[in-house]
Amino acid sequence: MTTEAAPPPGGADTRPASPGAEQFAAVQQSPEFGELRKAHRSFAFPLTVAFIAWYLLYVLLSNYAGGFMGAKVFGNINVALVLGLGQFATTFLIAWLYSRHAARALDPKAQALKSRLEAGE
Amino acid sequence: MTTPLAVGTLAVGASEHRPLIISLFGAFVVATLFITVWAGRQTRGAADFYAGGRQFTGFQNGLAISGDYMSAASFLGIAGAIALFGYDGFLYSIGFLVAWLVALLLVAEPLRNSGRYTMGDVLAYRMRQRPVRTAAGVSTIVVSIFYLLAQMAGAGVLVSLLLGITSDGGKVGIVALVGVLMIVYVTIGGMKGTTWVQMVKAVLLIAGALLLTLLVMWKFNFNVSELLGKAAENSGKGTSFLEPGLKYGKTAETKLDFVSLGLALVLGTAGLPHILIRFYTVPTAKAARKSVNWAIGIIGAFYLMTIALGFGAAALLDRADIIASNPAGNTAAPLLAQELGGGPDSTGGAILLAVISAVAFATILAVVAGLTLASSSSFAHDLYVNVIRRGKASETEEVRAARWATVVIGAVAIGLGALARDMNVAGLVALAFAVAASANLPTILYSLFWKRFTTTGALWSIYGGLISAVGLVLFSPVVSGKPTSMFKNVDFYWFPLENPGLISIPLAFLLGWLGTVLSKEPADPQKYAELEVRSLTGAGAH
Repeated sequence: MTTEAAPPPGGADTRPASPGAEQFAAVQQSPEFGELRKAHRSFAFPLTVAFIAWYLLYVLLSNYAGGFMGAKVFGNINVALVLGLGQFATTFLIAWLYSRHAARALDPKAQALKSRLEAGE
Repeated sequence: MTTPLAVGTLAVGASEHRPLIISLFGAFVVATLFITVWAGRQTRGAADFYAGGRQFTGFQNGLAISGDYMSAASFLGIAGAIALFGYDGFLYSIGFLVAWLVALLLVAEPLRNSGRYTMGDVLAYRMRQRPVRTAAGVSTIVVSIFYLLAQMAGAGVLVSLLLGITSDGGKVGIVALVGVLMIVYVTIGGMKGTTWVQMVKAVLLIAGALLLTLLVMWKFNFNVSELLGKAAENSGKGTSFLEPGLKYGKTAETKLDFVSLGLALVLGTAGLPHILIRFYTVPTAKAARKSVNWAIGIIGAFYLMTIALGFGAAALLDRADIIASNPAGNTAAPLLAQELGGGPDSTGGAILLAVISAVAFATILAVVAGLTLASSSSFAHDLYVNVIRRGKASETEEVRAARWATVVIGAVAIGLGALARDMNVAGLVALAFAVAASANLPTILYSLFWKRFTTTGALWSIYGGLISAVGLVLFSPVVSGKPTSMFKNVDFYWFPLENPGLISIPLAFLLGWLGTVLSKEPADPQKYAELEVRSLTGAGAH
């Protein structure tokens, strides 16, 4: 945080000594951090574009493809309902995929860098 | 959350049920006040007041997020919208859920890692503090007040409807009562008290919805197709009741309005200040991720149940009765409870109606408390401490400012809620989402992920998004020119859509980029290094 927002003395927050600006700059330039950044962005960015596109496609189909959406799949269940439930399913799936990716590929890298910074190297 | 909560004409429930409803309301109020006082005793410093001591678990916070997110309009509004408009009502449920992925993938963890108490902490991190904090504070308060106004107006209409109070004085009294309770929750209990109230409310809401869902499905032999068939038949609309378009498919403009609403919903959630500050109540980014996962599970399960509630109401109730009770369908869920309990004249019906009404009341109170906490935190931390006092206030002074801000914001909300009690609040909540998506989300994303982003870019994006979103609504049919407008007798609208998101969200992204490109002072690379490393690793997190 900046000097203007410096924590008041005696705050209830217990925090380790904050690393200095040079350390942050050094870590940001390090190959390990580059890997962490890439592991996050290469997973989160395309997936975000994908689920927003899929959601907007669904909104547009609802608006402009009434006939297709109204087609019966079985009983009184139509395509619109199946696709709507599909949005639920993909949301749950993406949340699970991201969490698995984060636990495997992000957390260990982040923890290693955090320990290094807080040890004051 | 964004479905109409218009004024009803007929009180639900005969007067002999009122003592039961009032005692259940009373029981919830007494229980939550106990929690508040208990939490208040443990609230000492700023981290306690703003962030509940950062000691909640991922599951607890996930439950509290669900409690904060599922407002009365989610429960009553979506059920009502499905009961009246069939499939189009269900589209709300989908948008509200998918939106959580933006929070999960891009916002929750970096925010937790790099901020302390407010959204402004992250927005102003790399920037010149005073102008950006001011912008973040103004935007937080505007979004929260719109959201609050809608909840207060809804509370007044709904509770007075359920209790059979129809006089203007009575409605103002109910709004004032909700406002005073919320001031007590927040000033005494702080974030800790508010979080526990959200958790209790979430459990009650899920239990209530589950009970109704099971009773509905039992009537239809747990066969969804049978339920939908009966709903379509009973609605008088036939199979079109199960297809998109009954509400939004009328003209090219309403279709465009739906795209605009859809965009605001999916991008609004991750910019709602009262949701964002919940991520500070857990100790680590990993716990923040877990809490979003729990929230997605709980909220998703709840929105799936809206199918049974909404289509169940359409299948089992007379459409004319739903509309007579409330033209926007907001009393469909309580009416459904009454029907499932055995009908209007049975004891079972009275009990179930009372229980579901009390759940709705709990829902309103909890959401209102969360919103008030978000805006008073931002006032005290962003505007008072960092702008007015230039960071030189003591922690005691800061918390005192937050408590006073709560009282003022509560009073403003009571005043506006009393004034707005006869308004259709749909436009107000949709506006809150659109303003959050326009004013907050672009700057959050640029700050976290774009190295070159500057103070000028942030200010252009926040104010540009804020002014364009609020301005377009001012000149939309929400405010004037139509029978459903706030001001029916004047006509100064020229913007055809009710929701401004389609214009204001891309505009705010564009302005953030343009302001940065045209900026005279370049971005501070050291500050970005610090923010980027902290947001991804959690080093030096509070």
